[in-house]
Amino acid sequence: MTSLPITLTINGHRHELEVDPRVTLLDLLRERLDLTGTKKGCDRGQCGACTVLVDGKRINSCLALAVSHDGADVLTIEGVAHGEELHPVQAAFIAHDGFQCGFCTPGQIMSTLGLIAEGQAGDDPERIREGLSGNICRCAAYGGIVEAVLEAQEQLAKADRRTAA
Amino acid sequence: MRDFDYIRPATIPDAIAAAAEPGSAYLAGGTNLLDLMKGGITSPERIVDISRLPELNRIERLEDGGLRIGALVRNADLAHDAAFAKAYPMVAEALLSGASAQLRNAATVGGNLLQRTRCSYFYDTASACNKRVSGAGCAALGGENRLHAVLGWSDACIATHPSDFCVPLVALDAVVEIEGKQGRRHVTLAEFHLLPGETPQRENALEPGDLIVAVRLPAEAASFAANARYLKVRERTSYAFAVVSAAAALVVDGGKIRAARLALGGVAAKPWRARTAEAVLLGADANEATFASAADAALADASPSGDNAFKIELARRIVVRALTSAQAGTPERLPALPASPFSSIPGARHDA
Ligand SMILES: Cc1cc2nc3c(=O)[nH]c(=O)nc-3n(C[C@H](O)[C@H](O)[C@H](O)COP(=O)(O)OP(=O)(O)OC[C@H]3O[C@@H](n4cnc5c(N)ncnc54)[C@H](O)[C@@H]3O)c2cc1C
Ligand code: SF4
Ligand code: FES
Ligand code: FES
Repeated sequence: MTSLPITLTINGHRHELEVDPRVTLLDLLRERLDLTGTKKGCDRGQCGACTVLVDGKRINSCLALAVSHDGADVLTIEGVAHGEELHPVQAAFIAHDGFQCGFCTPGQIMSTLGLIAEGQAGDDPERIREGLSGNICRCAAYGGIVEAVLEAQEQLAKADRRTAA
Repeated sequence: MRDFDYIRPATIPDAIAAAAEPGSAYLAGGTNLLDLMKGGITSPERIVDISRLPELNRIERLEDGGLRIGALVRNADLAHDAAFAKAYPMVAEALLSGASAQLRNAATVGGNLLQRTRCSYFYDTASACNKRVSGAGCAALGGENRLHAVLGWSDACIATHPSDFCVPLVALDAVVEIEGKQGRRHVTLAEFHLLPGETPQRENALEPGDLIVAVRLPAEAASFAANARYLKVRERTSYAFAVVSAAAALVVDGGKIRAARLALGGVAAKPWRARTAEAVLLGADANEATFASAADAALADASPSGDNAFKIELARRIVVRALTSAQAGTPERLPALPASPFSSIPGARHDA
């Protein structure tokens, strides 16, 4: 089939694109738009490396057709920091040694942003673990992540209180 | 992935007309369909994207006290709907025990009912599989089959249906609302999925073009809210398909069981309603001896299809534990995550 026109807002920038209907959101980001921070691990929904936020919700971009998401608002790891200033989640991952390898970390951070937005985990480490269990690495370097999530939530709540005041 | 035509119809009748053409497949969340297409297990010529069809993403309370869940409601949105989780706690538990948060955000109610088996030979296009290629044989029969069916299987196919969601749904008498070329019809979930028999390639009651528009729960389903649990045993604590699972719901009054519902997952080609076990429970004293007899009744017809004899004993124990947990009461905080016996989350432990 010939290409189809779609529009996507990615990290705040509008893109008008022509895509083959077979192209996944993941391949579009990586191969066409040079946004290679989003990783391709399994390509089958099993590892979480390709996690992005679509309209504020985390999904596996490897199991999403780009055409099906025409008009969507996409946030990738490249759009998380504000210029040079790290997002509190990124800063907390550094502070608590929550970084995994280059393949796993972007997905972990995007998944954490989704988890916090969903508001289901709270300060319960067990629920944080469960909530991030869609991100799987092969070496199990998850140690600092729970601490990082707890701290990031605290920082974000503080920032919210400052804006409210 | 093979080339395909992509269309996004604006109305339900247009979608049905398009999907009735041979070689078509509906796309909802895509979490199962795209996976199968990438593996070359299925290669539709036309994708009919239903993800934006109007009015299919609503949860509606019906006048008769029942509930109607649109086919495009996302699994995560349904499980996190507070009123839903309160009324149908074991359904919320089952939803949240399935897949991962990322997948649940994309997966839909209709798609979950229609997800294909996770039999590894079905996924491996180099293996013989009657489901993929009718008449090709079944590599699982003499192969690695410790996770395959122990109930309702045939010599043509020993695969299981992998859904968690469907297990409490079948226990609660859910009904599938289908729209096709001949109009709307209702099929009970118990009759929706088919056992393999000689035709394992036929998995459900849908005809070409048929669209699932909603799943309905009858009013009575909410009467089990105080004593209902979904228990899932898997090879890791979260993010894995069930080896065996059970949905158990009771109405207990003065120590006697006034109503009982029981269904098993991971044991057959369909979510398995255990009616003979329900008959054992009904009117009996709510105690461990009764639960053990019910478990025996539930598995009375079970037989191993290979290396999976352990699943029969495991299922028996899971049934007893699910019934015991249901009797103990639905946990305060819902959904109790994850529905695992090994969890350290209060309320999620099924032995506590
Ligand atoms: C890694 C992984 C782990 C998983 N773990 C679990 C688990 O533990 N438990 C569990 O239950 N599930 C699990 N799943 C399966 C997941 O829940 C399903 O893929 C999902 O529910 C399917 O919904 P969907 O909307 O994405 O369907 P799609 O992939 O869009 O569609 C699936 C099928 O249904 C058809 N279809 C979809 N909607 C309709 C409709 N309204 N009418 C008619 N036909 C329709 C499609 O044509 C297709 O054949 C897992 C999936 C993955 C990838
Ligand atoms: S068990 Fe069924 S799905 Fe698996 S290989 Fe045999 S026929 Fe195919
Ligand atoms: S690359 Fe998408 S989940 Fe692994
Ligand atoms: S941290 Fe990436 S594989 Fe383990």
